[in-house]
Amino acid sequence: MKICCLVKEVPDAAVQKRLDPQTKRLDRSGEKNLNPFDTHGIEAAMQIREGGRADVDEIVAVTMGPESAVRALHKAVALGADRSLHLSDAALEGSDVCATGYSLAKVLESEQPDLVLLGQQSDDGECYTIGAVVADHLKMPSLTQVIKIEVEDGTLVCERQAEYGYDTVEVDLPAVISVGDAINEPRYPSLKAIMGAKKKPLDTKATGEVGIDSGEVGEAGSKTQVLEINPPPEKESGEVFEDEDTAETVAKIVAWLDERKLI
Amino acid sequence: MAGILVYALHDDEGDFNKNSLGAISEAARLAGELGSEAAALVVGEVADDAAAALGAYGAKRVFRAKSVPEGLAQPIVDAMAKVIADQGFSYALFGGGLLGFEIGAGLTARMNAGVTMEVTAVKVADGRLVAERPVLQDSAIVDVGYVGEPGIIIGRLNAFDTDEPGAGRAEVVDVEVELSEWSSRARMRTRGEQRGADVNIEDADILVGGGRGLGEKDNFKLAEELAEALGGAVAATRAVVDAGWYPYAAQIGQTGKTVAPKLYLAAGISGAIQHKVGMQSSESILAVNKDPNAPIFEFCDLGVVGDLHKILPKLTEAVKAKKGG
Ligand SMILES: Cc1cc2nc3c(=O)[nH]c(=O)nc-3n(C[C@H](O)[C@H](O)[C@H](O)COP(=O)(O)OP(=O)(O)OC[C@H]3O[C@@H](n4cnc5c(N)ncnc54)[C@H](O)[C@@H]3O)c2cc1C
Ligand SMILES: Nc1ncnc2c1ncn2[C@@H]1O[C@H](COP(=O)(O)O)[C@@H](O)[C@H]1O
Repeated sequence: MKICCLVKEVPDAAVQKRLDPQTKRLDRSGEKNLNPFDTHGIEAAMQIREGGRADVDEIVAVTMGPESAVRALHKAVALGADRSLHLSDAALEGSDVCATGYSLAKVLESEQPDLVLLGQQSDDGECYTIGAVVADHLKMPSLTQVIKIEVEDGTLVCERQAEYGYDTVEVDLPAVISVGDAINEPRYPSLKAIMGAKKKPLDTKATGEVGIDSGEVGEAGSKTQVLEINPPPEKESGEVFEDEDTAETVAKIVAWLDERKLI
Repeated sequence: MAGILVYALHDDEGDFNKNSLGAISEAARLAGELGSEAAALVVGEVADDAAAALGAYGAKRVFRAKSVPEGLAQPIVDAMAKVIADQGFSYALFGGGLLGFEIGAGLTARMNAGVTMEVTAVKVADGRLVAERPVLQDSAIVDVGYVGEPGIIIGRLNAFDTDEPGAGRAEVVDVEVELSEWSSRARMRTRGEQRGADVNIEDADILVGGGRGLGEKDNFKLAEELAEALGGAVAATRAVVDAGWYPYAAQIGQTGKTVAPKLYLAAGISGAIQHKVGMQSSESILAVNKDPNAPIFEFCDLGVVGDLHKILPKLTEAVKAKKGG
């Protein structure tokens, strides 16, 4: 079985994220990291491999992004992927969800995976949707927010929480599964794995090489347009203070509760 | 015609989801402005009467795909795509929830259409819909327009108010939908399983919400003791429910409950959007979190940056003392 893990490079959690008023896109300067939600996808792949429920021949990390995104691929490889694939092309810049999902589906098609795993959300885009977009293009069944995967000959038995409680769903392979962050505790990469990551095979593909119609991607191919960026409505900000002396802190809280007649 | 098609989700008892009803109300309002029609799509064996009753929220027609199962997204993508194509709807609208995200996303691929998610408001500009979407943890709001049709709008939980039901009845139109081959390759084994005890949090005036910051299952007793002292109940985040630390019935948020108590005391909760949407209408919000950058501090009324293990037990004592004295 071949598993492809989608991974994305995102601004580091410590970076104050902002939109560039000119391009109306995310300002991508500053420290970047592998999307933390994607580490759960890689870990899920590793556990399928190590659990022995399926013969996993290969785990391939796949990303679409600018040149710098190879660092996210290196991190994915350090976490266990065997090789990686980088879709990179100036034509892709400014792609919306529709165009990104189409592009990722095209590059995945060239790999013919039995299973595609991805994270529940990108830390910067917070769209929660790429998995289901990719799945429909690939004509594969899919499920998002999965917190448990069992492999039972050619079928996955998945659990996830939906509107009315927990659902247990059988999904035939090949399939696209986006995993929730409660599915596992991702491992830390060993120093050796980090050092070795750059030596693992990494392929870079341009749009034409995987059959992407360049008219369907990038800003020009996108089906949504950011018209305006506005600040959120003013909200009276609450008081935030640091706990230095806990007795004092508690007294302050109690007084606050008392004032509001909550005690 | 610029019509708007809403997917109306229902549970196994046949009750429609409150967020779906809100989406129908919103679609009716927008259709009024556009001079077009709001309609709904339901799947499964929904009774004539129940389907027609969606007219009370403003749906003129209700398309019913009886053979399509409820609960998994892809068969419903088949149904939505067919009705949109056959009837020429210009927009698909979903209330907040999980399935709406999945169906909306599938529809994006199927119809090569633009999608906006976590939408908090929709407006009409030049005869077209524009979706307002908060981004980057609600630090900015972008107005999103659509190129071509259909435009897909996925609402944030509780974004759309449900109108008081009126006297309207919708025309019920049965549709035959052929499922895509891959839509049948996922099958529901069990739906809507309730995990853990059945607790009641909706009636409580005071809720102490516990999150991953509690550290382990046993530490929920810190939240329980504080809740008891305050005369309230304990609520939880999805993170701790998924981990099996606390029952699903106590979960607040997108796939849990929506509450608006007098006091919501968030202990070790980061304040992720999906949690916030279920409790942001609380009258007062108090947060204890050791990370000064936690999003919860952006919308609480009183925030304490500190270790809950130090603060909660002492607070419980102080509340007891205050009440006793
Ligand atoms: C489609 C979808 C639906 C979802 N539905 C829901 C939903 O219905 N409800 C929901 O809650 N979530 C939901 N989520 C998940 C949500 O995005 C968050 O992952 C979740 O709310 C995080 O829970 P948490 O705050 O307990 O954990 P975390 O985000 O891990 O936060 C824990 C916090 O505890 C703090 N902390 C740690 N130790 C201490 C200490 N000793 N003292 C004080 N503070 C401490 C940390 O600083 C941190 O801020 C959903 C997600 C998706 C994608
Ligand atoms: N440009 C990208 N390249 C690779 N994977 C991506 C990309 N964008 C999103 N993903 C994957 O899709 C998941 C959900 O992202 P999103 O729908 O943007 O919240 C992420 O966790 C990634 O696994």
